Amino acid sequence: MNALEQYITLYHEAREAIDTHSCELLNRLRPEALKALEGARLPRKGDEGFEKTSVEEMFAPDYGINIQRVNIPVDVAASFRCDVPNLSTWLGVTVNDAFHPTATLEGKLPEGVLFCSLSRAAKLIPDVLAEKYGSLAPLDNAAVALNTLLAQDGVCVYVPRGVQLEKPLQLVNIFSSPTPLLAFRRMVVIVEDDASAQLLVCDHTQVSRTDSSESTPTAYMSSQVIEVFAGRNASFSLCDIEESSSATSRYSQLFAHQAQGARLVIDGVSLTSGTTRNDYDIHLAGEHCDTRLAGMVIGSDSQHIDNCSRVFHKAPRCRSNQMFKYVLTDKSQGAFEGGIEVDRSAPFTEAYQSNRNLLASTDARMHTMPQLLIYNDDVKCSHGATTGQLDQDALFYMRSRGIPEQEARVMLMQAFMSDVIDTVTIPGLQDRLRHLVERRFTSPEGFCHECASCHDITPEA
Amino acid sequence: MKDKDILLEVKDLHAGIEGREILKGINLTVRAGEVHAIMGPNGSGKSTLSEVLAGNPAYHVISGSALFHGKELLELSPEDRSHEGLFLSFQYPVEIPGVSMVNFMRAAVNAKRKYLGEEPMSATEFLKLMRQKRAIVELDNKLASRSVNEGFSGGEKKRNEIFQMAVLEPSLSILDETDSGLDIDALRIVAGGVNKLKSSDNATIVITHYQRLLDYIRPDFVHVLYKGRIVYTGGPELALELEERGYDWIKEEVDNERS
Repeated sequence: MNALEQYITLYHEAREAIDTHSCELLNRLRPEALKALEGARLPRKGDEGFEKTSVEEMFAPDYGINIQRVNIPVDVAASFRCDVPNLSTWLGVTVNDAFHPTATLEGKLPEGVLFCSLSRAAKLIPDVLAEKYGSLAPLDNAAVALNTLLAQDGVCVYVPRGVQLEKPLQLVNIFSSPTPLLAFRRMVVIVEDDASAQLLVCDHTQVSRTDSSESTPTAYMSSQVIEVFAGRNASFSLCDIEESSSATSRYSQLFAHQAQGARLVIDGVSLTSGTTRNDYDIHLAGEHCDTRLAGMVIGSDSQHIDNCSRVFHKAPRCRSNQMFKYVLTDKSQGAFEGGIEVDRSAPFTEAYQSNRNLLASTDARMHTMPQLLIYNDDVKCSHGATTGQLDQDALFYMRSRGIPEQEARVMLMQAFMSDVIDTVTIPGLQDRLRHLVERRFTSPEGFCHECASCHDITPEA
Repeated sequence: MKDKDILLEVKDLHAGIEGREILKGINLTVRAGEVHAIMGPNGSGKSTLSEVLAGNPAYHVISGSALFHGKELLELSPEDRSHEGLFLSFQYPVEIPGVSMVNFMRAAVNAKRKYLGEEPMSATEFLKLMRQKRAIVELDNKLASRSVNEGFSGGEKKRNEIFQMAVLEPSLSILDETDSGLDIDALRIVAGGVNKLKSSDNATIVITHYQRLLDYIRPDFVHVLYKGRIVYTGGPELALELEERGYDWIKEEVDNERS
């Protein structure tokens, strides 16, 4: 079986419609992507870098794809509200793969800043995007090629030279469809020299009107490719929260390029989902770059969450720090493959990585594989991975003070995540995350159904 | 004294850890208003006794009973033992990174109120309570915002134990080697805190190696624990005698009796 075939067949059949409902920027790379897919296959479980996750299986089901890009209207401005105050953002919404601005964006962004669909941005900054789009995500990666072949639009964040955004941008990705759906999502983030921006991304699935709590939720799959360009002394921070349903799969691939002195903070938060795989490829290309990459995973039921990081040190005197933490219960499975690669050209590198995991049930499984490839003698590098259970001494101490066992367990699991939450830089978001994590631990089932952001956004038709 | 004043009645308690029997028949009666000191050589079972009474699941009870306010303590969960009024001041208070003292204490206070059928405490009330109780052991306000015991000095940890005791107002407190690792000033503060909390309605069991702590917390009874049994009971003067003569004479007496 080759899951790619159905998509290639689809492309041949619907080529014209795909192009018509897209734009030149994206259409231009399709022939090359098609060529790259010849004889290719998606990674299978056991392939290098994919010890526990089969991307092929994620793409195998016969999802629908909204090639005609039939608009699924969502009354966002009226209905989306954040359940934690103190978080003032410029908000945009992606329904499946289509970007919708909200009233918070109208005329409010500083001069020259873009937070809009890729097709719109392609008209406003055509030269910039023509150069950047597809330049980081390599087509010899089959999943990237597939995304490039079929993505019809996406999101562009553009912060011109020297502009400091005083408020964070927020992108809410929503899946909404009456039938199973696969969306190819694409994002290009360009933060130019001396500019700074923060972006909060929240992935949700719409609870459709036909869904009752008993029926199985609609199956969704997102294929997501994000390219981040951080210019000289630029600063970009991204917090990506996934809070979807057990029937949702996601394969997200982020490629980042940091020029000299650029600072990057990335937090990946996996709260609920079905099967998730996140790839982070980060290139520290100029001197004095700083990268903080953090991941937090809470797994329950039969969830499967896999994070794979590759941090490439290519220039001297850069610093990177990776921290991934998992709490797994029930029969959930976690995987982490983390890489640091230090080039000959990168002396005086400081690169650290840690992966710590809590298994809170006997059936939960964690697979971890840290990798260091160091081709330079003058470096400070470390990595560590631990997998264990809740601290029994701490648990007894809390119980002896009257805190019921279940509550004590939740407090300890929350506490375990606290240093990941501490890495989040977006103002007000740390509190929101603590709240989300607490709620996640106290009501693990049907979590997404309770979540205000999903409920409040209802399709009009 | 009448029986209704009995807080704790331990009868023929046998218990151990990892399959080893450590307590081999403990009998102990504690009445309201009393202070009992339990002394004894290393490895005699002093800490095991406190852990078993507090309900540490790492230890197992083989036989015997421990009635607390007439209820069988050994059948209660550790949290319910706390709600019923038992408190253990740990020999080695546990550090819990990521859990703030404030959240920890609020959870403890409100869990007890829930157990007693009371409403949770309001934020203002709670903060007032914290402030009052901190004063008893001169605990720095800074520590309240930190994670539980994390980065606390030895003395701060022990003061923090007594602070928690002050907040939870137990009827029976077991102080497990509260004096270990304390300098003389910290010892005075900790002992002072314990004395301030003492009343005719509550009782204290002080587990210690040394007479020193008993200069500050005057016991009514001194028990010597040896090989898992209370082999000797006396008044406060017994502690002084032990300080002077050591435990050897008791060991000999007991070992001769048995052989």
